[in-house]
Amino acid sequence: MRAMGIDIGSRFIKAALLENGELAATRMADTSFDPLERCKGLLEEVAADKVVATGYGRHLLEIHTSIQTITEIKAFARGARALLPSCRTIIDIGGQDTKVISLNEVGSVKKFEMNDRCAAGTGKFLEIMARALGYALEEFGFISSEGRSELQINSMCTVFAESEVISLITKGAKREDIAVAVHRSVANRVISMARRVSMDEDITFAGGCAKNSLLKSLIEAGMGKRIMVAEKPEIAGALGAALYAQEG
Amino acid sequence: MSGKDYTKMWKDLGLNLENHAGLLDVLSKAYKDIYLSQKNRPKAMEYFDFVISEVHGLRIEEILNAKEAGRKVVGTFCVYVPEEIVLAADGVCIGLCAGAEVGSDEAGKYLPRNTCALIKAFMGFKLSGLCPYVESADLIVGETTCDGKKKAYESFNDITGKVYVMEVPHMKTTEDRKLWLSEVMRFKDKMVALSGKEITVVGFKKAVSKVNAKRKALQRLSRLRAADPAPISGLDALLVNQVSFYDDPVRFTEMTNKLCDELDQRVSNGTGAAAKGAPRILVSGSPMAIPNWKLHAIIEGSGAVAVGEESCIGERNHRDLLDENFSTVDEAMEKLASRYLGIDCACFTPNNERIDNIKALAKSLKADGIIHYSLQFCTPYMMEAYKAERAVTGVPFMRIETDYSMEDFGQLKTRIEAFIEILR
Ligand code: SF4
Ligand code: SF4
Repeated sequence: MRAMGIDIGSRFIKAALLENGELAATRMADTSFDPLERCKGLLEEVAADKVVATGYGRHLLEIHTSIQTITEIKAFARGARALLPSCRTIIDIGGQDTKVISLNEVGSVKKFEMNDRCAAGTGKFLEIMARALGYALEEFGFISSEGRSELQINSMCTVFAESEVISLITKGAKREDIAVAVHRSVANRVISMARRVSMDEDITFAGGCAKNSLLKSLIEAGMGKRIMVAEKPEIAGALGAALYAQEG
Repeated sequence: MSGKDYTKMWKDLGLNLENHAGLLDVLSKAYKDIYLSQKNRPKAMEYFDFVISEVHGLRIEEILNAKEAGRKVVGTFCVYVPEEIVLAADGVCIGLCAGAEVGSDEAGKYLPRNTCALIKAFMGFKLSGLCPYVESADLIVGETTCDGKKKAYESFNDITGKVYVMEVPHMKTTEDRKLWLSEVMRFKDKMVALSGKEITVVGFKKAVSKVNAKRKALQRLSRLRAADPAPISGLDALLVNQVSFYDDPVRFTEMTNKLCDELDQRVSNGTGAAAKGAPRILVSGSPMAIPNWKLHAIIEGSGAVAVGEESCIGERNHRDLLDENFSTVDEAMEKLASRYLGIDCACFTPNNERIDNIKALAKSLKADGIIHYSLQFCTPYMMEAYKAERAVTGVPFMRIETDYSMEDFGQLKTRIEAFIEILR
């Protein structure tokens, strides 16, 4: 049995394939302007027996094919749990939304919260700020906060925050300091969301931004708790969907 | 939308014909997508489909005919404004709706951005010349409920010159009751002066029995939704409640009872609009004026069914009847004042009855989850949402803040679907 999960995010489409219960392959592609074509390509390439879709674009597949869908909340809960069986809290910072999900002992979703409608505190926010500061997204998260000043970005709104960043640049603030401040502002938003939902341990960081080590260390410092990151954190949603596909 | 050509009527009312044609187009398309695409609808919904298709046509023609015959048309924005008084003075009472994002740019000349969508919409509708009801009205009755409305009525009056405001107190002490009773009396006098018709005990009794009959029909509909499978979709039931605000009350009552007869049958046959066992959602919070179907469409598009509206377009409107045991007009006014002051709007403090009502309703409708809906910037309901969330135990509860726009549709859908996944 080949069960596939496909997670259609705002930036990337992620796919995971389970063959007889074992993770056999993963794929990642740009969402692009024609996500449906991308998905069809992936579906053809992988040729699974059963597929479940999740992510922001999941309904695209539901409408155009007969593929079953689940929300990314459910998919992440399942996938993160498979990657880290002891986890009780999931932090997911995605391209356009940020979520904190709280799980009970057996891994069912107890409570969750996600940002609504605005990009503050999301991957998009980081992307825009990286651009304003002239960083490539890949290098942006690997700056060290060691010895950096306590510079603050005060605005929650992406547009205002961007002008704040620009005014800091023109005032001669160091680029690295500003970058750390930008990350701190995202971290603080996530922490306050977690305070409302759950900080039960183990805490895991999933989704694309989980590879951002600066963000992880700032969240850990702010929470005073350790966060575990699995090997392929970006695949959690697709894996969760694949696990549901496998069950039929 | 309808067969007949009403262009002349709309033109005479001073509507902006071009904008208006656009609005009807959008409305009819939305209705087709959201309503007519539903499966397993009760047959008796045909009447309500018809009413919607004639919302700016036949119904307006009826109202204009009534005006011709010397009756006064009164528009209201809130369930605190007593319909019985309007009817007793032989008037036509219309609950003005404002459930679509229309004319926001125009409205922006009078209102700050952080005003709730409902207020923006009633200003927007007027300013873009889109509402035949507002144009037909002889009097528009406002009320001092929330701050936004209070101040918006001032501008609305500057524009229309037809606004009369009732002072609704914000507490329910003995002094407040006195104030409210005197406001009810003042409104009665206003209606007598406007219509030139006396309000008699007999006339008032007739009015009360009409409005009570309408409430009873809506209560009946409400109770039927407790069945599993739900015999009617939340969308359809919401529509019936919305239509109750502007349809002719007697005909509406008859047609709603007919619908309920069919639903009775469905319940005994086990026929549902949704599958048996589908997660049942109680919606609670700010009013959803026509054509605001956004939340219900998302809920039911996600495989759950909305089984109740703890809202002014819903329970708050019909939960309490008016005691018909009175022998003088003064006595009637006292009963009326006390019936209306029993409404549990979030504009009051304290407002613990509402929390109790949410709990009771969740129980009687066998709700699996509660979604609290606040219009963005509606401080009274946004605040009470937290209180309700803390007070309701045993039923999963989710707070939502949104407006009429579609920009948050995707995120809302994800949140609501995930909430429903938890309930399954
Ligand atoms: S919510 Fe309050 S102010 Fe608004 S219509 Fe209802 S009773 Fe009136
Ligand atoms: S929805 Fe809230 S803010 Fe808007 S008019 Fe009603 S009570 Fe006022």
